Amino acid sequence: MRKLLIAVALMSIVAPLYAADLVVSNAWVRLLPGDLPLAGYVHVVNSSPREITLVSASSPDFATVQFHQSMNHAGMEEMMHLAKISIPAGKSLDFAPGGYHLMLMGRKQPLAVGQHVALTLHFADGSKQTIQFTVRGATGK
Amino acid sequence: MKRIGLFLLSFMLLSGCGQQAPQKPWGLLNLTGHMPDLQFNLTRDDGQPVDQSAFLGKLTLLYFGYTHCPDVCPTTLADLGTAIRQLGAQANQVQVLFVSVDPARDTPTVLKKYVNAFGPWFVGLTGSQAQLQALTKRYRVAYRLGEPDAQGNYTVYHSSAIFIFDKQGKARLLAGFGDKPDVVATDLKRLLAE
Repeated sequence: MRKLLIAVALMSIVAPLYAADLVVSNAWVRLLPGDLPLAGYVHVVNSSPREITLVSASSPDFATVQFHQSMNHAGMEEMMHLAKISIPAGKSLDFAPGGYHLMLMGRKQPLAVGQHVALTLHFADGSKQTIQFTVRGATGK
Repeated sequence: MKRIGLFLLSFMLLSGCGQQAPQKPWGLLNLTGHMPDLQFNLTRDDGQPVDQSAFLGKLTLLYFGYTHCPDVCPTTLADLGTAIRQLGAQANQVQVLFVSVDPARDTPTVLKKYVNAFGPWFVGLTGSQAQLQALTKRYRVAYRLGEPDAQGNYTVYHSSAIFIFDKQGKARLLAGFGDKPDVVATDLKRLLAE
């Protein structure tokens, strides 16, 4: 009985994961004034049984979206542009402050805190997934 | 001898210096006596020339960055804002100088809008390459502009150091990206209590 309950509980957790290959949470964009580039952050879990490679990203609200990674070498900050990012089966990737982030450039219209930005991730196998990012203020609130 | 010197220096840095009774260590790295006093000639975000004298009397946090930095710079400024907010009524005795090392894009107007997004304690500064180099050399940090891409966008390599000066403009502490706002706030309170 207990095993059955656990199985049912597990299924209810696992089942929705197969709706999309990437399970995403905490997707947000840090709003900065004017037309400054913005960073998008999201926690991504590859729930599929195979490696997923992100090859590009796009948004109807921005001219360009790129994968970037901030790195600190001996006290110097630098930002690398990444052509692609691979996430092994079952592994997660954190787009988070000070590391991987989505760089959104060329705003097509003004944005406000609380709005949502649709951002589509394009995968190496030709499939794609659209994620809604919540716009937060400069302080992340 | 050199090794002993280094050992003593690191010991002094770690222990918070001094031969008197053991002091409670700082949460951040203690720079007291190891970096020159606050001094610069720059342009403020209102477009006016300014030097360090305008900022004495409050604690000053000095950080180098650029506004086209969507990740590390705003995260650092937001964390500093969180720390300063924890000071309550004493928050107005602290100021953060955000020095843009990208004056070509960071006009005073752009800078002012950028720093204002983080709170009332932030001041944007920039200057000529000569002025910026004089300041970065003084604090032994570097910066470099990256190669522009096809759209003319470029990144800027900059230091992650946050230099903290006391009300007299003496260099006291060093913070960096990822230092917890609680730790920064505790050390700022201690400096304010001096």
